[in-house]
Formats: sequence, C-alpha cells, structure tokens
Amino acid sequence: MFDLLAIDGLLIAAGAWLALGLAGLWRPLRTRLVSRVLFPLSAAIGVFVGALGGLALGEAPQTAVLALGLPHLPFHLRLDPLAAIFLSLLGFVSAGISIYAAGYFRHDHGIPLGMGALGLEYHVFLASMLMVLLADDAYAFMIAWETMALSSFLLVTTDHKHAAIRSAGYLYLLVAHIGAIGILLSFGVMTGGAGDYTFAGMRAQHLSPFWASIAFLLALFGFGAKAGMLPVHAWLPEAHPAAPSPVSALMSGVMLKTAIYGLLRVSFDLLGAPLWWWGVVALAVGLLTALFGVLYATVQSDMKRLLAYSSIENIGLIIVAIGLTLIFHAYRMEALAALALTAAFYHCLAHAGFKSLLFLATGSVLHATKERSLGKLGGLIHRMPWVAWLALAGVLAGAGLPPLSGFVSEWLLLQGFLFTPGLPQSWLNMIVPIAAAAVALVAALAGFAMVKFYGIIFLGQMREPALKDAHDAGFPERVGLGWLATLTIALGVLPSAIILRIDAATRQLLGKGLAERVLEQGWWLLAPISPERASFAPLVFLLVVVASVALGGWVVKGLYHGRLRRAPAWDCGYHFQGPRAQDTAEGFSQPIRRIFAPMFRMERHFPSMRDREPYFSVKVEDHFWHWLYLPIARLTARISTLITNLQGGRIAVYLMYSFFTLILLILVARP
Amino acid sequence: MSASGAFAQIFATLIGVALAPLLTGWLNQCRAWLQNRAAPPLMQPYRMLHKLFHKDVVLAHNASPLFRFAPYAVFGCMLLATAIIPSLSTDLPLSPAADALALVGVFGLARVFISLAAMDVGTAFGTLGGRREMLIGFLAEPALLIVIFTMALIAKSTSVTTIVETLAHHELVIYPSIAFAGIAFTMVSFAENARVPVDNPATHLELTMIHEAMILEYSGRHLALIEWAASLKLYAYSCLGIALFFPWGIAERDNLFALLAALPLLVMKLALGGACVALIETINAKMRIFRAPEFLGTAFLLAVLGMLVNLLLEARA
Amino acid sequence: MSMLMAYSAQLINLCAAVILLLAFAMLAQRRVIHLIDLFALQGFALFVSTLLVAWKIGQSHLYYSAALTLVLKVWLLPWILHRLVRKLEIKSEVEALINIPTTTLVGIVLVVIAFNVATPISEMSSSVARGMLGIALATVLLAFLMMITRRKAITQVVGFLAMENGLFLAATSATYGMPMVVELGIALDVLIGVIILGVFFFQIRDQFDSLDIHHLEKLKEH
Repeated sequence: MFDLLAIDGLLIAAGAWLALGLAGLWRPLRTRLVSRVLFPLSAAIGVFVGALGGLALGEAPQTAVLALGLPHLPFHLRLDPLAAIFLSLLGFVSAGISIYAAGYFRHDHGIPLGMGALGLEYHVFLASMLMVLLADDAYAFMIAWETMALSSFLLVTTDHKHAAIRSAGYLYLLVAHIGAIGILLSFGVMTGGAGDYTFAGMRAQHLSPFWASIAFLLALFGFGAKAGMLPVHAWLPEAHPAAPSPVSALMSGVMLKTAIYGLLRVSFDLLGAPLWWWGVVALAVGLLTALFGVLYATVQSDMKRLLAYSSIENIGLIIVAIGLTLIFHAYRMEALAALALTAAFYHCLAHAGFKSLLFLATGSVLHATKERSLGKLGGLIHRMPWVAWLALAGVLAGAGLPPLSGFVSEWLLLQGFLFTPGLPQSWLNMIVPIAAAAVALVAALAGFAMVKFYGIIFLGQMREPALKDAHDAGFPERVGLGWLATLTIALGVLPSAIILRIDAATRQLLGKGLAERVLEQGWWLLAPISPERASFAPLVFLLVVVASVALGGWVVKGLYHGRLRRAPAWDCGYHFQGPRAQDTAEGFSQPIRRIFAPMFRMERHFPSMRDREPYFSVKVEDHFWHWLYLPIARLTARISTLITNLQGGRIAVYLMYSFFTLILLILVARP
Repeated sequence: MSASGAFAQIFATLIGVALAPLLTGWLNQCRAWLQNRAAPPLMQPYRMLHKLFHKDVVLAHNASPLFRFAPYAVFGCMLLATAIIPSLSTDLPLSPAADALALVGVFGLARVFISLAAMDVGTAFGTLGGRREMLIGFLAEPALLIVIFTMALIAKSTSVTTIVETLAHHELVIYPSIAFAGIAFTMVSFAENARVPVDNPATHLELTMIHEAMILEYSGRHLALIEWAASLKLYAYSCLGIALFFPWGIAERDNLFALLAALPLLVMKLALGGACVALIETINAKMRIFRAPEFLGTAFLLAVLGMLVNLLLEARA
Repeated sequence: MSMLMAYSAQLINLCAAVILLLAFAMLAQRRVIHLIDLFALQGFALFVSTLLVAWKIGQSHLYYSAALTLVLKVWLLPWILHRLVRKLEIKSEVEALINIPTTTLVGIVLVVIAFNVATPISEMSSSVARGMLGIALATVLLAFLMMITRRKAITQVVGFLAMENGLFLAATSATYGMPMVVELGIALDVLIGVIILGVFFFQIRDQFDSLDIHHLEKLKEH
C-alpha cells in the first residue's frame, strides 16, 4: 500500500473537511444533512487530526510538497513537534465544538443563505487553520492565513442583517489585514533579500541584530493583532460575541492559538538566537494585555463580551510566558527556558479547552433564553443542569484553581518567575518579580470575573419570568460540552503525562526539555525541577478533597442525621425577596469600577430628583478606542479626503496627470 | 512513605480538626477579657457545633445542589490545607501533593465555592457577601503569593516543608525581608479570616458584614461544617504563620518523641498568637469597606518591598 | 557583647529597612500630625543606625553625629513642626495631587530604579552596609516624590527634611560619616531653613488665607 506518513494523513483530513463543506452546498438549505451528518463527521475528522498530532509529537519532522500554488512556488509543508502540539489542540478542541454544532445548528435560526453556506465556511475555516499549522513557506502560510481570516469573517457576519454585527465583522477584517501586513513584512525581512521564501531558507539566513529585531517586532505586531494583544485588540470584544457560539468558541479557543503558533515559529525557529530585550518587550506587552483584559472582563454586562475580554487576558498571560522564555533563552539558561515554554504551551492547551467550553455553554444559554445580557439571566442551574455543571468546570479552570487545567499552567509560570533572580542583569532581577506580582493580581481578578459570570447566569433567582421556559441542552451539545470538560479535567490532573508528550516541541525549539526531570518522578507528581524545590500532585490533591468530602458526608450522616426541609429564604427577615433584589451585573462589578476608575472610560447617568422616571445607567468603554483607533480613523479619513481632491472631475486635469508622468519618464529614462 | 510519616500526617490533621474550634473559643475568651465582659466558656464552639449538627437543615426553595455541596467542598479544602501545613512535623507524606502556591490555590478554591453558594439563593445579602468576599480575595491572594515568593526566594523552594526546614536550621539571621513579609502575612490573614479591622465576625448589619453575609442562608449541619471550616482556616493560617516565621520546635523526620513534644509547644504558640489577634481586634475599629482594598494594597506593597529588599540586601550578602 | 557585634551588620540592615518603610509610610499618610510623628520615628531609626555604625567601626565622631541626629531630628524639629501645625491651625488632611495608591505604585518604581542604580556602586564599596546606598537613594527619591505630589506647604517641609535623612544615611553607609565640620554646617542649614520656612508660612497664610501652594502660582507675570 502507500507509505502513509502522518503528514499525508493530515492532508487527507484537510481535504475531507473541504469535501464536507462542499457537500453541504449540495441541495443547500438542507439543515438536516448539514447538522446530523456533516458536523459529526467533521468531529470525527477532528479526533483523527488530534490523534495524528499527538503521534507526530513522538516522531521526527516530516515534510511534503504540494503541487498547488504558482508554477515555481509550490506549497511546502512540514510537520514538526511544534506544529504537532497545535494540531492536536485544533483536532481535539474542534471535535468537541463540531459535535456541539451538530446539535446547535439543528434548527435553522433563520440564517440567511442557509446552513449549507455556514457549513462550507466552517469547514474551510477548519481546513485553513490546519494548513496554517502545516505551512513551511511564507507563500503557503499567507494564503492559508488569509483564507482563515476570510472564512472567519464570513462566519462572524453570519447574521448580517444587524448593523452591529456587520460593523464588528468589518473591524475584524480590517485589523486582521493590518496584522497580515505586519506578518508579510516580517517574512520579507527574514528572507534577508535572498528571495527564498521557504522557512528552511529563512532558518539558514543569519540576520544582523538590527534586522532580526525588526523582524521580531513586526511578527509580534502582526501575530499579536490576530491574537488580540494590546493595542490591536479592539476587534476581539466585538467579533467574538457577534459570531454564532460554536464559531466564537472556535475563534477564541483555536484561532488565537494559531497566532501564538506563528509567534513561536518566528521567534524561536526562524530567527535563531533571540535578544534578551525582545523578551522584555513581550513580557511588558503581555502583562499590560493581561491586566487590561481581566479588568475589562470584570465590568462587562454581556456574557460573551466577558468571555472575549477574558480571552485577551489569557493571551496576555501566554505572551508573558513567551517573553520569559525569550529572556531565559537569550541568557542560555535552557532548563528554565524550557519551564517557561512548557507553561506557555500548557496555557495554550488549557485555555483552548476551557474557553471553548465556556463559549459553548453561553451558546446553550443563548439558545434556550435568547438573552445575551447578564441582566436578564439568572437561576438557570435549575432549568439547565447539564450545561451548568459542565460550565462549572470551565469556570473553575478559568479562575486558575487547582486541580484543573488553568492552575497547572499558572503554577508552571510562577515557578519560572521564581528563578529570575538568577539572571545576570540586575534590572531584570528586580523588574521580573514585580511582573510576577502582576501575574498574581491578574489570576485573582480572573477569579472575580469567573465568579461573576457563573453566579449571575446560573445561580440566584431568575431575573426574567420567561427564563422558566428555558430548556436544557440536547444530546449532541451535551456530548460536546462533556468532551471539552473532560479535556479540562484531564489537563488538570495528568500534567506530567501531557508534559512528557509536548516536551518534544520544547526540545525542538530550545534544545532542552523537562522530560528527564518529569520522568524521574512518575506520572502522578509534577516536579519539573526537583521535588524539594517544588512539587504538585493534582491527582492526590483531587483524591484528598473528594475523600474528605465523602468522609465528611458519611460521618455526619452517620453520627447525626441527614434531614432536610424546604422553606422560603431567610434573607434576614426582609420582606421583599424578588429577583430585583439581587445584584445586577453592573452591581457585582461596582467595587472594581470604583477602585480602578481611571482605567475605564465610563459614562454614567445618575438619577436626580427632577427626573420623572429616575434611572441609573453606566456604560464602560475602552480608552484605547478613543485614544488610538478613532484618531487613526479620523486621520485616515482626512488623508483620503485630501487625496480625493485629485479626482477633480475635469478631463483636462486628468490628461495633465498623464502628460506630467510622460515627461517625468522621459527625463528619468534618458539614455 | 514511612510509618512514622503516615502517623505524623494523620495525627497532625486530626489534632488540627479537633483543636480549631478551641482556638476560636480561646480567641473569643481573650476578646471578652479585654473588653471587660464575661467570657463564654472555652468549649462553647464545640457545643455550638454539636447543636447545629443536631438541627434540621432548612433550605430555601430555590437552593440548588451546589448550595448543598459547597459546605462539604469548603471543609474538604480546609482539611487539605491543614494536612499540608507543617504544624507539628515536617514529615508529611502529603506535602509533595501541594506546595505553597497550590496552598494559595486551595484557599482560593474554597473562597470561590463559598461565593458561588452565597449567590445561589439569590438574595441581596448573598450577592453582597459574594461580591465583597471576592473583592477582599482578589487583593489578599496576590499579597499572600508575594509573601510566599519572598520566603521561597530565601529558602530556594516553594514546598512548605522545605521552607520550614530551611528556616528552622538557618542560623539566626535578622532578615528585614522576613519582617516585612511577616507584617504583610499578618495583614492578609486578618483579611482572609474575617477579623476586625477588615470584617467583624460577630455582626449581622448589612453595612458591615462580609463573611456572615455569605452564610446567612445556611443552617443545621451545613452551617456547622462552614463554621468548622472557618475555624480550621484560622487554625491553618496561624500554623502557616508560625511555621514560616517561628519554625523552632517543629519535629523532623522519624522522631516520635519530638512530634509529641511539639504539641504543647504548638498549643502555647497558638495561645500566644490568639491573644495577640484578640488584642489587635480590640484596639482597632472595623474600617469602611473601601478602605479594605487600601489595607490589602498596603499588605501587597509591603510584601513586594520585602521581596525587593531581599533581592538587594540579602541575595548579595 | 560579641553577639551584638556579630549581629550589628544585620541590625544596621534592619534599621535601614525600617527607614525605607517609614519613607513609604510617610508617602501613604493621610494626616499631617501622623506625618510629623513618622518623621520623628525615622529620625530615631537613623540615630540607632548611626550609633551601630559608630560602634562597629569605632570612629568617635560618629557618636557626636548620632547625638546631633537625636537632638535635632527626634526632638527639636518635630517639636517646631507640631507648634507650627497648632499655630497655623492646619487642617488634618493631607491633600495630594494624585491619589495615594498611584503614588505608592510610582514609589515602588522609584525604589526599583534606586536599587538598580546603587548595585554596581555598592559592589565596589567594602563598608559595613552595602545595600544601604540603595536604600538611602530610595529614601531621597521617595521624599522628593512626596514633595512633588503634595499640596500643603507643611508636607513639603517634611519631605525636604526626610530627604536630608536619606542623604545622612548615604553618608554614614558609604563614607563612615562626613567630616564633623560639614555635619554641623548641614545641621545648622537645616535648622535655619525650617525657621525661615516657618516665618514664610505665616506670610503665605496672611496673603492667601490658606497654605495651599497652588495659590502661589498666582505670583507670575501675567
């Protein structure tokens, strides 16, 4: 038979996804075919992709050349451990999302252009992300990147009848292209003028520190724009809520990670030896992004915007980890760089898992209640127990609590920070521990945001009477949510096993990994440096907590009794106990608004005695929108207006343009 | 895992569970003496727990299973915390399961569960308590983390038992950074354990309660477990403070006699600590809720300052 | 006694750390009276540290410096300032240009800068207290910050005096004290300065009916 390598399997998977997308177009508007058959099939392909990625982590890099593209510029493809991690991320997470989508898109939702178009865009999106991860030359990379951007734009504007959604999609496309320019320029710089656009050629180039820094900064800007880094983040809180929930989950969980993949590929693989100040820049930008994201997440009133800002925060933390890795790597402290890089990889995996889970949960809530605003939800744990309990796993992971996945990556990152006093530069010695303090603050605030998210949506009393009719998620949705929750828990309790697998990528990028240390201790204990230094055994942790819970319950019921009766809530004897007495979303975050007031741009309306119908309203906006985006937009508009003066309308003027150009050319090209 | 280690672990945990209400009782007694009132008996918290366990649980109509599960989860977290902190001995087989960073995570887990439970019944007090608790928590947790960072930088490890062993065997050196870290830790433990000046554990006025607001709807065995968990948290924080800053007397490996001798020493230290806490509670007034972030911000600042002083003064010396 | 000798280096470090802590506390302080008390406390810590340095290296003129510090900074100057506060009936609140948490954050940045600037220098010094130069520089910078971000004139004076505390600490740690002549000269300058400032306060208050220094901004050409 054919000698099939993993990379061939992946190409077949990409082709299969495309085929599924096109199949949905056959007899378009056939919702049933798309949802019952095609989405589950794409989930199966996702599992296949994930498994291939996992396999490829243990093997040597493989390359392939596709005969697509221009005559002398075929697509080069390569499957190495770095790509394999992100491929398994893509595969496994998209599997859960696709299964969920099978149930979510069961009813038509009045999608214009029908489900067939949605299916096509969805599968093209998946296939293009796969190609981005496999691409081994700038040309293939950019084509796949653009396809990814376009298909996701079409997915975001699925519901294009609403103006808000259209403008969100437009902003998204704009920033995506600005980022793409940055990436393209970075690739251009990295070829060093040799004209060889393959990654292998770029690796062979030895750029001067100046040009290497330019390439790195361009790549940071370009990939950061796609990842949602400050200050090019403004599209994220608009686009992710505007898209249908499975698409939001895919974008937040997987697409942002492809940008991280690109950044890692450029900084470590293509650019060779990094400089220490690149790490400081990445650390600073990542820290600011994380702080910004989490602060804004805590003050949102729309559940999907909250999750979008939380994604910004997590991307910030990943960039912090990458910055730390760069610093350690520049100083040749490879063991510590491996620790920080493992933290970055782990956080990518963890975030993909729990963020997708949370977005899908909001999808179910939206489906059941047609409400996105936190002020109209509440008490849904009674009507939607499956969604609520599975979302609890995502919330605990998002808050960075043991023994789930979010805690492991934070633990690894903080351990990495603890080693920074060993750095030779004394400035770094002192600034970096302060950065650790900021990371701790971010983690604590993330807890606040997650408690707000879960408490206001699922707990308490129902803020609207219509919520009583909310229905729980259907079977495919439960499978999808359960799959992602299992991933989150598995990433939390089996860190050593996972680190052993992903260590191949760490070794590829840095030359050294954590595997030997981790192997020594066994699969249940995570001690990346040494057990005396730091250790964490999440399985034991979980077992002890579960055992004490069980023991406590058993002893109490045995010694005393388990009687229970129901009554109205005590509420300190207060008479009014309606749902309006609970905190609103704005109310819950009022302390944060008050403490961090200069960070937000707030428009508040206070009730006064002269109002007929007094009301209080608060609107929190982004400073960056007014400081950066609007001025640039105005400047662009002004320049465009100036340029339109060229189009005066008079034919004589147009002829004169041609005349002057001709004279200029004659003068310049004089023999 | 040796037999003496297993014995030490179980013994320390059981002593913790048994003694924690006694610590709370002692604290209430000291407070009463200082305030010139007649004190409740020392065993009063045990009687209270016994009474609560006997009573039926009265649950609000719209309380969810999360509400019923949370007290057990919180108690389980505090039990784990007591198990990891070397109160009597550093020979704890469970200590590799969680280092100091995971300990902070355990407290955070308990905090999140109780906040969610507070929001569950949907009363104004519950959400108020949940919001205030998360407010206190979001500043106390980083401050605690930085204190642990400082100690970890000195002891070159984040495992609590290793830190304790290193500091106990260290020659007597006056580290200013440890002094700063100690003050910061004290401030954080006052905030986390709902003591004056951050929160009044005996109040039920809407303006002033944080911890009490969260557990307003609980009754019967649930309330008993939560009260027990709260006193266990105070016990854990006190033992952590004693272990980090006054580690002399804690038994080491395979030393049964030292383990038994460590018990009266621990009781004495806890009694002294409890009296100091009562003194500080009596001298200070409870502060406004929005002064609490400033209070904790000061603690955070002190901790960061301690870390910087350590890097400057001690790392080079 | 010999045990004290062994620990003297650490005690000096402890005193220096306390001085830094008090500089921060002054920065975050809300009430004028407490500010003056903190300044007196800082002077006391300075006295103890100078005493220890004098005892450790056995230079007798440092004993006189320490005594001078005790008399001036712990007793005389705080007494003068308290009298001024009472006579001028200054309100107890300190008004700040930027709020206190932000000021403290800026303070931390200044501490980091000071520590980093001082590290290479302190490595060259072989004296008793190496890290003291960093702490002294940090104290000076923090006092300067206090002078910049406060509105009341009295807090500016306290800031100026705290700066002098920092300079004195630097002198003791790096060079084992200044020559006595310089020491006395500086002490005299500071004393006269405070007396003159006190006189000025009355003038300002008579002119503007308030000690808020932004009124002084009216004194310009147009």
